[in-house]
Amino acid sequence: MLWPKLARALFAKPLTDNAPLVPRETIQALGERLAATSRARLGRSLAIREVDSGSCNGCELEVNALQNVAYDLERFGLRFVASPKHADVLLVTGPACLNMREALERALASTPEPRWVVAAGDCAVDGGVFKGSYAVENGIAAVLPVDLLIPGCPPTPAQLLEGLLSLLETESAKK
Amino acid sequence: MMGPASSLIRSGNPQGAKPCERFLLSPTAWGQLPAALQQETELALLGLWADAAQVHACFLHEPSAEAVLASTPAAGWNYAALSPARPGAVRFERMILELWGHHAEGAVDLRPWLDHGRWNLRHPLAAKPIPFAGEAPQPEFLPVEGEGIHQIPVGPIHAGVIEPGHFRFSVQGEVVVRLEQRLGYTHKGALSLMLGTSPRAAVRYAARLSGDTTVAHSWAFSAAVEAALGVTPPPRALHLRALMLELERIHNHLNDWGFVCNDAAFAFPHARCGFLREGVLRAIAAAFGHRLMMDRVLPGGVAPDIAPRGAEAILAALDAVEAEIPSLMQIYEAHASLQDRVVTTGYLRPDLACAFAAGGHVGRASGRGFDARRLPQSQPYPTLRFDVPVLEAGDVDARVRIRVLELGQSIALVRQILASLPSGELMAPLPVRAGEGVAMIEGFRGECLHWISLDDGGLIRALFPRDPSWLQWPLLEAAIEDNIVADFQLCNKSFNCSYSGVDL
Ligand code: SF4
Repeated sequence: MLWPKLARALFAKPLTDNAPLVPRETIQALGERLAATSRARLGRSLAIREVDSGSCNGCELEVNALQNVAYDLERFGLRFVASPKHADVLLVTGPACLNMREALERALASTPEPRWVVAAGDCAVDGGVFKGSYAVENGIAAVLPVDLLIPGCPPTPAQLLEGLLSLLETESAKK
Repeated sequence: MMGPASSLIRSGNPQGAKPCERFLLSPTAWGQLPAALQQETELALLGLWADAAQVHACFLHEPSAEAVLASTPAAGWNYAALSPARPGAVRFERMILELWGHHAEGAVDLRPWLDHGRWNLRHPLAAKPIPFAGEAPQPEFLPVEGEGIHQIPVGPIHAGVIEPGHFRFSVQGEVVVRLEQRLGYTHKGALSLMLGTSPRAAVRYAARLSGDTTVAHSWAFSAAVEAALGVTPPPRALHLRALMLELERIHNHLNDWGFVCNDAAFAFPHARCGFLREGVLRAIAAAFGHRLMMDRVLPGGVAPDIAPRGAEAILAALDAVEAEIPSLMQIYEAHASLQDRVVTTGYLRPDLACAFAAGGHVGRASGRGFDARRLPQSQPYPTLRFDVPVLEAGDVDARVRIRVLELGQSIALVRQILASLPSGELMAPLPVRAGEGVAMIEGFRGECLHWISLDDGGLIRALFPRDPSWLQWPLLEAAIEDNIVADFQLCNKSFNCSYSGVDL
């Protein structure tokens, strides 16, 4: 029978969550950080290339979860792309592993301007627990110019979303 | 009946490791080990590692599921390579040379592995590391000969949101003739940070060896410490550990089932698995305060306790998963286009799975049924009812089916654990003293093997955490042979080996 199914579909709640509110402080802090640089506005849309510079894969799990139907990224104009050549944002996870340095530099070189680098997770922020190891240069700021830090081990999808939305809001506020 | 290798090992000098003994062999006796191993095929090599002075190996006698460790002095001279007798030893021998500087005599392959020539020192875990400055060398790949063969280099950065590593495909037309992996990109030097610290401080590195296996690795690490110190965690802590371990298995199996379908361009199961998994993760966060349960398993027990409404949230999320598995399975089975991609793809021969002692779904889809939860010391599992599904087909489909069957088993286990959760303490005190312990905990990929040696002050003198991926990565190279390049993603996802777990 089609009717009961239709009725159920009509009255069922959507699977997606409501959009998170971005904390005022995040936006302000970010605005100050970006104020020094003048960059073209992109409109409310960002293409994101995720790069793992040596994470434990915990951050990848949460970045992947961010793409599930509960968060439904595309309604905010955020989408993950396969190549840095198509990206506005490099979302980098993990500490700056020396074995990944060259690959990170090449990824940045392939990303067209204007571009943003987001360090996601405690490791990317400052090396996290791996700080001081012979094999890492602590946070990814040692290799790439970082615009936004999203702490957490790993940051939850909600925290990642907040951070990315704050990037959009600051940019559109600047006009 | 003990085979020649087992007798040879047990003729060594016992070193007091718990619960499985470690025997120290003279270089001469160790030199006879490769030949003895050739004659005793049921003695599987589970891991090979070192400390500044010795090389250590862990073996499993497959018929009795008994583990035994063997060591030999290695500083100052070359130890005999095990790789001629056990193919799984190859990557360990490469790692031992790089991290500790011990050279394996007669090794099958000693090309650089983790050390890409980018650190400012060599042999970082040796008694005296050597400063290094210089150009990073070009990687060497094994030569492939034949008409019309060309190479496809992929990575270290991949197209999806996954860990970095390099794959070198040698291809004839569409068909993969050889895949060679080059890993090590995520080497973080975790072992060097753990040495000389207390187990309480070091467990956070075990929790971050491979984020998707955080519970299994923290438990295996903690269990090795507890074995070394003769400590038994309280019953409530053991039950909570098992609860978390099964939840970790559930969320990873759901994730990978969805991803395998997605890699065959079948997005619907991926969307549903992702949604169900999100429900499980939120319930986990409500119960344990962290979506992946990082830093919850500690040496001596568990902290914090499960939240008051945690059990309810978990059961509700699992009811939703269980209710949908049959319809998702029906969709998986009913679409010829999907079945066409997974059935017979990425076939792993059972004899290879045995030769490498592959654990987890990789082993169990190719007839090797070892599951560390069946070991008598794996409390609380001996008190719980569960099956260990084993299939023989060895293809992508079989690995998916093992995952789905294990989902059902794990859901049932969670219900049993929650129904019989003992009350009481969560943490046993840890004495400060020397000791040596080894432990195996069955993570979603297979058994996580941890060995630890503590000095008189209770600090870590030596250790090795062996992720199951060590023995599975090489098999992915075998499984992809004669498949088309386009099926690599599927094969890769059906294995889903950890990069960080083996890069250390
Ligand atoms: S921040 Fe935490 S989860 Fe992310 S890579 Fe580092 S250790 Fe792993």
